[in-house]
Amino acid sequence: MDFESGIELLELCKKEQKKISCIMLEREVAEGKLTEEEVIERLKVSWDIMKKSSVISIEKPQKSMGGLIGGEAKKLMEATKEDKRLCGDTLTKAIAYGLSVLEVNSSMGLIVAAPTAGSCGVIPGILLAMQETYEFTDRQILKGLLNASAVGYLFMRNASVSGAQAGCQAEVGAASAMGASAIVELLGGTPEQSLQAASIAISNLLGLVCDPIGGLVESPCQSRNAVGISNAFACAQMALADITHIVPFDEMLQVMFKVGCRMPVELRETALGGNAASPTGCRFNCFH
Amino acid sequence: MKFISIFDVIGPNMIGPSSSHTAGAAAIGKLSRNLFKGEIKKVTLTLYGSFSTTYKGHGTDKALLGGVLGFEPDDIRIRDSFAIAKEEGIEYEFKVDHVTNPAHPNTVKIHFEGTKGEELITKGVSVGGGRIKIVEINGIEVDFTGEYSTLIISQTDKCGVAAHITSCLRDAKVNIAFLRIFREKKGQNAFTIVESDDQIPDQIIKDIEKHDQIHGVMLVQM
Repeated sequence: MDFESGIELLELCKKEQKKISCIMLEREVAEGKLTEEEVIERLKVSWDIMKKSSVISIEKPQKSMGGLIGGEAKKLMEATKEDKRLCGDTLTKAIAYGLSVLEVNSSMGLIVAAPTAGSCGVIPGILLAMQETYEFTDRQILKGLLNASAVGYLFMRNASVSGAQAGCQAEVGAASAMGASAIVELLGGTPEQSLQAASIAISNLLGLVCDPIGGLVESPCQSRNAVGISNAFACAQMALADITHIVPFDEMLQVMFKVGCRMPVELRETALGGNAASPTGCRFNCFH
Repeated sequence: MKFISIFDVIGPNMIGPSSSHTAGAAAIGKLSRNLFKGEIKKVTLTLYGSFSTTYKGHGTDKALLGGVLGFEPDDIRIRDSFAIAKEEGIEYEFKVDHVTNPAHPNTVKIHFEGTKGEELITKGVSVGGGRIKIVEINGIEVDFTGEYSTLIISQTDKCGVAAHITSCLRDAKVNIAFLRIFREKKGQNAFTIVESDDQIPDQIIKDIEKHDQIHGVMLVQM
Protein backbone atom coordinates (compact mmCIF):
# COMPACT_ATOMS: atom_id res chain seq x y z
CA MET A 1 0.00 0.00 0.00
CA ASP A 2 2.20 2.83 -1.20
CA PHE A 3 2.21 5.50 -3.87
CA GLU A 4 5.10 7.41 -5.36
CA SER A 5 3.32 10.00 -7.47
CA GLY A 6 0.10 11.95 -7.76
CA ILE A 7 -1.09 9.62 -10.51
CA GLU A 8 -0.55 6.56 -8.30
CA LEU A 9 -2.35 8.28 -5.44
CA LEU A 10 -5.37 9.04 -7.63
CA GLU A 11 -5.39 5.47 -8.95
CA LEU A 12 -5.46 4.15 -5.39
CA CYS A 13 -8.28 6.54 -4.46
CA LYS A 14 -10.27 5.35 -7.45
CA LYS A 15 -9.60 1.66 -6.94
CA GLU A 16 -10.39 1.74 -3.23
CA GLN A 17 -13.14 4.39 -3.55
CA LYS A 18 -11.49 6.36 -0.76
CA LYS A 19 -10.43 9.92 -0.03
CA ILE A 20 -6.78 11.02 -0.13
CA SER A 21 -6.74 11.33 3.69
CA CYS A 22 -7.83 7.72 4.04
CA ILE A 23 -5.21 6.40 1.59
CA MET A 24 -2.49 8.41 3.37
CA LEU A 25 -3.52 6.97 6.74
CA GLU A 26 -3.54 3.42 5.36
CA ARG A 27 -0.12 3.95 3.78
CA GLU A 28 1.32 5.14 7.08
CA VAL A 29 -0.03 2.10 8.96
CA ALA A 30 1.03 -0.36 6.26
CA GLU A 31 4.51 1.03 5.53
CA GLY A 32 5.44 2.90 8.73
CA LYS A 33 5.99 1.93 12.31
CA LEU A 34 2.78 3.19 13.95
CA THR A 35 -0.68 1.72 14.43
CA GLU A 36 -3.74 3.66 13.27
CA GLU A 37 -4.49 4.69 16.87
CA GLU A 38 -0.91 5.93 17.37
CA VAL A 39 -1.04 7.95 14.14
CA ILE A 40 -4.29 9.60 15.24
CA GLU A 41 -2.91 10.31 18.72
CA ARG A 42 0.21 11.95 17.29
CA LEU A 43 -1.83 13.96 14.81
CA LYS A 44 -3.97 15.22 17.70
CA VAL A 45 -0.80 16.43 19.44
CA SER A 46 0.31 18.20 16.25
CA TRP A 47 -3.12 19.79 15.82
CA ASP A 48 -3.09 20.92 19.44
CA ILE A 49 0.28 22.69 19.01
CA MET A 50 -1.00 24.21 15.75
CA LYS A 51 -4.14 25.58 17.38
CA LYS A 52 -2.26 27.06 20.31
CA SER A 53 0.38 28.73 18.16
CA SER A 54 -2.40 30.18 15.95
CA VAL A 55 -3.94 32.20 18.77
CA ILE A 56 -1.11 32.86 21.28
CA SER A 57 0.15 35.98 19.51
CA ILE A 58 -3.35 37.40 19.02
CA GLU A 59 -3.81 37.36 22.77
CA LYS A 60 -0.20 38.17 23.64
CA PRO A 61 2.03 39.50 20.84
CA GLN A 62 5.41 37.76 20.63
CA LYS A 63 8.55 39.78 19.91
CA SER A 64 10.85 37.99 17.49
CA MET A 65 14.52 37.25 18.21
CA GLY A 66 15.66 39.58 15.46
CA GLY A 67 13.10 42.23 16.27
CA LEU A 68 11.79 42.51 12.69
CA ILE A 69 8.29 41.26 13.47
CA GLY A 70 5.94 41.07 16.43
CA GLY A 71 2.37 42.15 17.09
CA GLU A 72 1.04 41.72 13.52
CA ALA A 73 -1.53 39.03 14.37
CA LYS A 74 -3.15 41.11 17.09
CA LYS A 75 -3.06 44.22 14.90
CA LEU A 76 -4.90 42.45 12.09
CA MET A 77 -7.59 41.01 14.36
CA GLU A 78 -8.18 44.34 16.05
CA ALA A 79 -8.31 46.31 12.82
CA THR A 80 -10.73 43.92 11.17
CA LYS A 81 -13.48 43.66 13.76
CA GLU A 82 -17.10 43.67 12.60
CA ASP A 83 -17.63 44.93 9.07
CA LYS A 84 -14.04 45.73 8.15
CA ARG A 85 -13.09 42.29 6.82
CA LEU A 86 -12.16 43.06 3.25
CA CYS A 87 -11.19 39.43 2.59
CA GLY A 88 -14.22 37.99 4.37
CA ASP A 89 -14.33 36.30 7.72
CA THR A 90 -12.64 32.97 6.98
CA LEU A 91 -9.68 34.29 5.00
CA THR A 92 -9.09 37.23 7.35
CA LYS A 93 -8.95 34.93 10.36
CA ALA A 94 -6.80 32.37 8.52
CA ILE A 95 -4.27 35.11 7.76
CA ALA A 96 -4.27 36.37 11.36
CA TYR A 97 -3.69 32.84 12.64
CA GLY A 98 -0.88 32.31 10.16
CA LEU A 99 0.79 35.55 11.26
CA SER A 100 0.48 34.41 14.88
CA VAL A 101 2.23 31.10 14.24
CA LEU A 102 5.14 32.92 12.59
CA GLU A 103 5.47 35.19 15.62
CA VAL A 104 5.62 32.14 17.89
CA ASN A 105 8.20 30.54 15.63
CA SER A 106 10.43 33.60 15.39
CA SER A 107 10.52 33.96 19.17
CA MET A 108 11.86 30.41 19.61
CA GLY A 109 8.47 29.04 20.64
CA LEU A 110 6.96 25.61 19.93
CA ILE A 111 5.44 25.09 16.47
CA VAL A 112 4.80 22.27 14.01
CA ALA A 113 6.86 22.53 10.83
CA ALA A 114 4.32 21.89 8.07
CA PRO A 115 6.23 21.14 5.96
CA THR A 116 8.88 23.59 7.25
CA ALA A 117 9.16 26.22 9.96
CA GLY A 118 9.33 29.07 7.44
CA SER A 119 5.92 27.99 6.16
CA CYS A 120 4.49 26.87 9.51
CA GLY A 121 1.59 29.34 9.54
CA VAL A 122 -0.14 28.22 6.36
CA ILE A 123 -1.71 24.89 7.37
CA PRO A 124 -2.73 25.89 10.93
CA GLY A 125 -4.18 29.20 9.70
CA ILE A 126 -6.26 27.55 7.00
CA LEU A 127 -7.49 24.64 9.10
CA LEU A 128 -8.39 26.63 12.22
CA ALA A 129 -10.34 29.22 10.20
CA MET A 130 -12.08 26.41 8.28
CA GLN A 131 -12.95 24.70 11.54
CA GLU A 132 -14.55 27.84 12.91
CA THR A 133 -16.49 28.71 9.77
CA TYR A 134 -17.76 25.22 8.99
CA GLU A 135 -17.88 23.90 12.57
CA PHE A 136 -15.69 20.93 11.71
CA THR A 137 -14.83 18.57 14.56
CA ASP A 138 -11.17 17.98 15.43
CA ARG A 139 -11.59 14.52 13.91
CA GLN A 140 -12.61 16.07 10.57
CA ILE A 141 -9.70 18.50 10.73
CA LEU A 142 -7.31 15.57 11.18
CA LYS A 143 -8.51 14.36 7.76
CA GLY A 144 -7.46 17.73 6.40
CA LEU A 145 -4.02 17.23 7.96
CA LEU A 146 -3.78 13.75 6.45
CA ASN A 147 -4.75 15.03 3.02
CA ALA A 148 -2.20 17.85 3.27
CA SER A 149 0.50 15.42 4.33
CA ALA A 150 -0.09 13.29 1.22
CA VAL A 151 0.69 16.28 -0.98
CA GLY A 152 3.62 17.31 1.24
CA TYR A 153 5.03 13.79 1.11
CA LEU A 154 5.08 13.90 -2.70
CA PHE A 155 6.89 17.25 -2.55
CA MET A 156 9.52 15.75 -0.27
CA ARG A 157 9.80 12.55 -2.28
CA ASN A 158 9.85 13.96 -5.78
CA ALA A 159 11.00 17.56 -5.40
CA SER A 160 12.05 19.51 -2.29
CA VAL A 161 10.69 21.50 0.63
CA SER A 162 13.99 23.21 1.38
CA GLY A 163 14.26 26.96 0.83
CA ALA A 164 18.04 26.56 0.64
CA GLN A 165 17.60 24.09 -2.22
CA ALA A 166 14.66 25.50 -4.17
CA GLY A 167 13.55 28.84 -2.70
CA CYS A 168 10.36 29.91 -0.97
CA GLN A 169 8.27 28.22 -3.67
CA ALA A 170 9.41 24.95 -2.07
CA GLU A 171 8.34 26.05 1.42
CA VAL A 172 5.35 28.40 1.27
CA GLY A 173 4.58 26.99 -2.20
CA ALA A 174 4.42 23.46 -0.81
CA ALA A 175 2.39 24.51 2.24
CA SER A 176 -0.03 26.41 0.00
CA ALA A 177 -0.50 23.39 -2.29
CA MET A 178 -1.00 21.14 0.74
CA GLY A 179 -3.55 23.55 2.20
CA ALA A 180 -5.41 23.96 -1.10
CA SER A 181 -5.72 20.19 -1.44
CA ALA A 182 -6.93 19.84 2.17
CA ILE A 183 -9.60 22.54 1.76
CA VAL A 184 -10.97 20.72 -1.29
CA GLU A 185 -11.35 17.44 0.60
CA LEU A 186 -12.86 19.14 3.67
CA LEU A 187 -15.49 20.76 1.43
CA GLY A 188 -16.38 17.46 -0.23
CA GLY A 189 -14.34 17.77 -3.43
CA THR A 190 -12.83 14.80 -5.26
CA PRO A 191 -9.20 13.57 -5.01
CA GLU A 192 -8.68 14.83 -8.59
CA GLN A 193 -9.90 18.28 -7.57
CA SER A 194 -7.52 18.21 -4.59
CA LEU A 195 -4.50 17.66 -6.81
CA GLN A 196 -5.80 20.20 -9.33
CA ALA A 197 -5.93 22.76 -6.52
CA ALA A 198 -2.38 21.79 -5.54
CA SER A 199 -1.14 22.12 -9.14
CA ILE A 200 -2.60 25.60 -9.53
CA ALA A 201 -1.16 26.58 -6.17
CA ILE A 202 2.37 25.50 -7.16
CA SER A 203 2.08 27.22 -10.50
CA ASN A 204 0.91 30.48 -8.91
CA LEU A 205 3.89 30.69 -6.57
CA LEU A 206 6.44 29.38 -9.08
CA GLY A 207 9.76 31.18 -8.83
CA LEU A 208 9.12 32.60 -5.39
CA VAL A 209 12.53 33.34 -3.92
CA CYS A 210 13.77 32.82 -0.37
CA ASP A 211 15.23 36.18 0.68
CA PRO A 212 14.96 36.52 4.44
CA ILE A 213 15.96 39.97 5.67
CA GLY A 214 18.97 39.67 7.95
CA GLY A 215 18.87 35.91 7.38
CA LEU A 216 15.99 35.65 9.83
CA VAL A 217 12.78 33.64 9.49
CA GLU A 218 10.77 36.81 10.08
CA SER A 219 10.33 39.15 7.13
CA PRO A 220 9.17 38.61 4.40
CA CYS A 221 8.41 35.07 5.67
CA GLN A 222 5.51 36.11 7.88
CA SER A 223 3.52 37.89 5.19
CA ARG A 224 4.49 35.24 2.62
CA ASN A 225 2.56 32.80 4.80
CA ALA A 226 -0.45 35.09 4.32
CA VAL A 227 0.07 34.75 0.55
CA GLY A 228 0.31 30.97 0.87
CA ILE A 229 -2.99 30.97 2.74
CA SER A 230 -4.79 33.29 0.31
CA ASN A 231 -3.47 31.35 -2.67
CA ALA A 232 -4.69 28.08 -1.15
CA PHE A 233 -8.24 29.41 -0.75
CA ALA A 234 -8.26 30.85 -4.28
CA CYS A 235 -6.96 27.60 -5.80
CA ALA A 236 -9.33 25.40 -3.79
CA GLN A 237 -12.24 27.58 -4.85
CA MET A 238 -11.22 27.26 -8.50
CA ALA A 239 -10.64 23.51 -8.30
CA LEU A 240 -14.02 22.97 -6.62
CA ALA A 241 -15.56 24.72 -9.63
CA ASP A 242 -13.74 22.17 -11.82
CA ILE A 243 -11.25 24.69 -13.13
CA THR A 244 -8.11 22.76 -14.05
CA HIS A 245 -4.45 23.51 -14.60
CA ILE A 246 -3.00 22.40 -17.94
CA VAL A 247 0.10 20.88 -16.34
CA PRO A 248 -0.68 17.92 -14.03
CA PHE A 249 0.47 17.74 -10.42
CA ASP A 250 3.43 15.38 -10.89
CA GLU A 251 4.83 17.53 -13.67
CA MET A 252 4.30 20.68 -11.59
CA LEU A 253 6.48 19.19 -8.85
CA GLN A 254 9.29 18.73 -11.38
CA VAL A 255 8.72 22.19 -12.83
CA MET A 256 8.99 23.72 -9.36
CA PHE A 257 12.11 21.74 -8.53
CA LYS A 258 13.86 22.62 -11.80
CA VAL A 259 13.06 26.31 -11.35
CA GLY A 260 14.42 26.06 -7.79
CA CYS A 261 17.67 24.44 -8.90
CA ARG A 262 18.19 27.22 -11.43
CA MET A 263 17.74 29.96 -8.85
CA PRO A 264 20.98 31.71 -8.00
CA VAL A 265 22.28 30.87 -4.56
CA GLU A 266 21.65 34.49 -3.49
CA LEU A 267 17.92 33.79 -3.69
CA ARG A 268 17.97 30.53 -1.76
CA GLU A 269 17.95 31.35 1.93
CA THR A 270 21.43 32.86 2.01
CA ALA A 271 20.12 36.37 2.69
CA LEU A 272 22.28 37.73 -0.15
CA GLY A 273 19.51 38.71 -2.58
CA GLY A 274 15.95 39.96 -2.94
CA ASN A 275 14.48 41.80 0.06
CA ALA A 276 17.58 40.94 2.06
CA ALA A 277 19.88 42.73 -0.41
CA SER A 278 17.83 45.93 -0.66
CA PRO A 279 19.49 49.00 0.87
CA THR A 280 17.05 48.87 3.78
CA GLY A 281 17.23 45.10 4.11
CA CYS A 282 21.03 45.28 4.24
CA ARG A 283 20.82 47.41 7.36
CA PHE A 284 19.81 44.27 9.24
CA ASN A 285 22.89 42.33 8.18
CA CYS A 286 24.45 42.96 11.57
CA PHE A 287 22.78 39.71 12.55
CA HIS A 288 25.28 37.81 10.39
CA MET B 1 14.57 5.23 -0.41
CA LYS B 2 13.82 6.00 3.23
CA PHE B 3 10.14 5.89 4.17
CA ILE B 4 8.71 9.41 4.43
CA SER B 5 6.17 9.48 7.24
CA ILE B 6 3.20 11.80 7.79
CA PHE B 7 5.23 13.21 10.68
CA ASP B 8 8.15 14.07 8.45
CA VAL B 9 5.69 16.32 6.58
CA ILE B 10 3.49 17.50 9.47
CA GLY B 11 6.48 17.86 11.73
CA PRO B 12 8.79 17.94 13.40
CA ASN B 13 7.22 19.58 16.41
CA MET B 14 10.00 22.01 17.11
CA ILE B 15 11.38 25.11 18.69
CA GLY B 16 11.58 27.80 16.01
CA PRO B 17 12.55 29.52 13.93
CA SER B 18 13.89 27.22 11.17
CA SER B 19 13.35 23.51 10.49
CA SER B 20 16.63 23.21 8.62
CA HIS B 21 18.67 25.71 10.65
CA THR B 22 17.22 25.14 14.15
CA ALA B 23 15.48 21.74 14.43
CA GLY B 24 17.86 20.03 11.98
CA ALA B 25 20.82 21.61 13.76
CA ALA B 26 19.61 20.24 17.11
CA ALA B 27 19.15 16.80 15.55
CA ILE B 28 22.70 16.79 14.10
CA GLY B 29 24.08 17.83 17.51
CA LYS B 30 22.17 15.10 19.30
CA LEU B 31 23.02 12.30 16.86
CA SER B 32 26.70 13.32 16.87
CA ARG B 33 26.72 13.41 20.65
CA ASN B 34 25.26 9.88 20.72
CA LEU B 35 28.24 8.72 18.64
CA PHE B 36 30.72 10.13 21.13
CA LYS B 37 31.67 7.82 23.94
CA GLY B 38 32.77 9.60 27.05
CA GLU B 39 32.26 12.86 28.84
CA ILE B 40 32.57 16.04 26.79
CA LYS B 41 35.26 18.49 27.83
CA LYS B 42 35.15 20.70 24.78
CA VAL B 43 33.19 20.86 21.57
CA THR B 44 34.19 22.92 18.53
CA LEU B 45 31.56 23.51 15.86
CA THR B 46 32.49 24.72 12.37
CA LEU B 47 29.68 26.07 10.22
CA TYR B 48 29.66 25.98 6.41
CA GLY B 49 27.45 27.33 3.61
CA SER B 50 24.12 28.78 4.63
CA PHE B 51 24.78 27.73 8.23
CA SER B 52 27.84 29.99 8.24
CA THR B 53 26.02 33.07 6.93
CA THR B 54 22.70 32.91 8.77
CA TYR B 55 23.31 30.97 11.98
CA LYS B 56 22.76 33.70 14.54
CA GLY B 57 19.28 34.75 13.50
CA HIS B 58 18.16 31.13 13.25
CA GLY B 59 19.51 30.17 16.65
CA THR B 60 21.54 27.48 14.81
CA ASP B 61 24.33 27.83 17.36
CA LYS B 62 21.94 27.44 20.32
CA ALA B 63 20.26 24.48 18.67
CA LEU B 64 23.50 22.68 17.75
CA LEU B 65 24.81 23.08 21.27
CA GLY B 66 21.41 22.06 22.68
CA GLY B 67 21.60 18.88 20.61
CA VAL B 68 25.13 18.23 21.86
CA LEU B 69 23.68 18.56 25.39
CA GLY B 70 21.14 15.87 24.48
CA PHE B 71 18.05 18.04 23.89
CA GLU B 72 15.41 17.03 21.33
CA PRO B 73 14.42 19.65 18.70
CA ASP B 74 11.14 20.39 20.57
CA ASP B 75 12.86 20.95 23.92
CA ILE B 76 12.37 24.54 25.10
CA ARG B 77 15.74 24.37 26.95
CA ILE B 78 17.38 24.92 23.52
CA ARG B 79 16.76 28.63 24.14
CA ASP B 80 19.19 28.52 27.06
CA SER B 81 21.76 26.00 25.80
CA PHE B 82 24.75 28.37 26.16
CA ALA B 83 24.02 28.91 29.86
CA ILE B 84 23.31 25.20 30.43
CA ALA B 85 26.60 24.17 28.76
CA LYS B 86 28.47 26.55 31.08
CA GLU B 87 26.66 25.10 34.11
CA GLU B 88 27.68 21.62 33.01
CA GLY B 89 31.27 22.74 32.56
CA ILE B 90 31.34 22.07 28.81
CA GLU B 91 33.55 24.40 26.79
CA TYR B 92 32.23 25.33 23.38
CA GLU B 93 33.53 27.27 20.42
CA PHE B 94 31.89 28.22 17.13
CA LYS B 95 33.87 28.78 13.94
CA VAL B 96 32.59 29.92 10.57
CA ASP B 97 34.10 28.84 7.27
CA HIS B 98 32.94 31.05 4.39
CA VAL B 99 35.65 29.73 2.04
CA THR B 100 34.91 26.02 1.70
CA ASN B 101 31.99 25.33 -0.64
CA PRO B 102 30.20 22.35 0.90
CA ALA B 103 28.24 19.78 -1.14
CA HIS B 104 25.11 20.66 0.83
CA PRO B 105 24.38 24.26 1.89
CA ASN B 106 23.61 23.46 5.54
CA THR B 107 26.71 21.71 6.83
CA VAL B 108 28.42 21.57 10.23
CA LYS B 109 31.54 19.85 11.51
CA ILE B 110 31.55 18.95 15.20
CA HIS B 111 34.80 18.17 16.99
CA PHE B 112 34.35 16.49 20.37
CA GLU B 113 37.14 16.34 22.93
CA GLY B 114 36.54 14.17 25.98
CA THR B 115 37.76 14.51 29.55
CA LYS B 116 40.02 11.48 29.00
CA GLY B 117 41.46 12.68 25.71
CA GLU B 118 38.94 10.90 23.49
CA GLU B 119 38.20 12.61 20.17
CA LEU B 120 35.52 12.39 17.52
CA ILE B 121 34.86 14.54 14.47
CA THR B 122 31.51 14.30 12.72
CA LYS B 123 30.13 16.21 9.77
CA GLY B 124 26.37 16.56 9.46
CA VAL B 125 24.02 18.13 6.93
CA SER B 126 20.49 19.41 7.42
CA VAL B 127 18.57 18.50 4.29
CA GLY B 128 15.29 20.33 4.92
CA GLY B 129 12.20 19.92 7.06
CA GLY B 130 14.34 18.96 10.07
CA ARG B 131 15.73 15.85 8.38
CA ILE B 132 19.46 15.31 8.67
CA LYS B 133 22.36 13.06 7.68
CA ILE B 134 25.78 12.36 9.10
CA VAL B 135 28.09 12.45 6.08
CA GLU B 136 31.52 12.12 7.61
CA ILE B 137 33.15 10.54 10.68
CA ASN B 138 36.79 11.27 11.43
CA GLY B 139 37.33 12.35 7.84
CA ILE B 140 35.77 9.30 6.19
CA GLU B 141 32.64 9.77 4.12
CA VAL B 142 29.62 7.94 5.50
CA ASP B 143 25.86 8.36 5.07
CA PHE B 144 23.20 7.66 7.70
CA THR B 145 20.30 9.46 9.35
CA GLY B 146 19.89 7.93 12.82
CA GLU B 147 16.26 7.18 11.98
CA TYR B 148 17.08 3.48 12.23
CA SER B 149 19.03 1.71 14.93
CA THR B 150 22.52 2.11 13.54
CA LEU B 151 25.85 0.36 14.11
CA ILE B 152 28.90 2.32 13.00
CA ILE B 153 31.91 0.05 12.84
CA SER B 154 35.42 1.42 12.44
CA GLN B 155 37.72 -1.09 10.77
CA THR B 156 40.63 -1.74 8.45
CA ASP B 157 39.63 -2.45 4.84
CA LYS B 158 40.60 -6.14 4.91
CA CYS B 159 39.21 -9.41 3.66
CA GLY B 160 36.90 -11.22 6.13
CA VAL B 161 35.87 -8.22 8.24
CA ALA B 162 32.45 -7.92 6.64
CA ALA B 163 31.90 -11.67 7.02
CA HIS B 164 32.71 -11.40 10.73
CA ILE B 165 30.24 -8.52 11.14
CA THR B 166 27.41 -10.28 9.33
CA SER B 167 27.94 -13.48 11.33
CA CYS B 168 27.71 -11.46 14.58
CA LEU B 169 24.49 -9.90 13.27
CA ARG B 170 23.12 -13.34 12.39
CA ASP B 171 23.98 -14.73 15.84
CA ALA B 172 22.24 -11.78 17.50
CA LYS B 173 19.24 -12.26 15.17
CA VAL B 174 19.43 -8.69 13.89
CA ASN B 175 17.50 -8.11 10.70
CA ILE B 176 19.52 -5.80 8.46
CA ALA B 177 17.65 -2.98 6.69
CA PHE B 178 20.78 -1.51 5.09
CA LEU B 179 24.46 -2.44 5.20
CA ARG B 180 27.08 -0.30 3.55
CA ILE B 181 30.85 -0.08 3.67
CA PHE B 182 32.70 3.20 3.23
CA ARG B 183 36.47 3.29 2.94
CA GLU B 184 39.14 5.94 2.75
CA LYS B 185 41.52 4.02 0.53
CA LYS B 186 42.08 0.38 -0.34
CA GLY B 187 43.52 -1.47 2.66
CA GLN B 188 43.14 1.52 4.99
CA ASN B 189 40.52 2.88 7.36
CA ALA B 190 36.89 2.08 6.62
CA PHE B 191 33.45 2.21 8.21
CA THR B 192 30.67 -0.33 8.00
CA ILE B 193 27.23 1.15 8.66
CA VAL B 194 24.46 -1.28 9.59
CA GLU B 195 20.88 -0.04 9.92
CA SER B 196 18.01 -2.04 11.38
CA ASP B 197 14.29 -1.44 12.00
CA ASP B 198 14.57 -2.96 15.47
CA GLN B 199 16.66 -2.32 18.57
CA ILE B 200 20.14 -3.80 18.21
CA PRO B 201 21.30 -5.67 21.35
CA ASP B 202 24.18 -3.80 23.08
CA GLN B 203 26.01 -7.11 23.57
CA ILE B 204 26.79 -7.22 19.84
CA ILE B 205 29.36 -4.43 20.27
CA LYS B 206 31.68 -6.72 22.27
CA ASP B 207 31.25 -9.58 19.79
CA ILE B 208 32.04 -7.39 16.79
CA GLU B 209 35.04 -5.80 18.54
CA LYS B 210 36.64 -9.25 19.01
CA HIS B 211 38.00 -9.13 15.45
CA ASP B 212 41.53 -7.70 15.38
CA GLN B 213 40.89 -5.54 12.30
CA ILE B 214 38.00 -3.75 14.03
CA HIS B 215 38.96 -0.61 15.94
CA GLY B 216 35.70 0.41 17.52
CA VAL B 217 31.92 0.17 17.34
CA MET B 218 29.34 2.90 17.92
CA LEU B 219 25.66 2.10 18.36
CA VAL B 220 22.76 4.53 18.12
CA GLN B 221 19.39 3.07 19.04
CA MET B 222 16.25 4.22 17.27
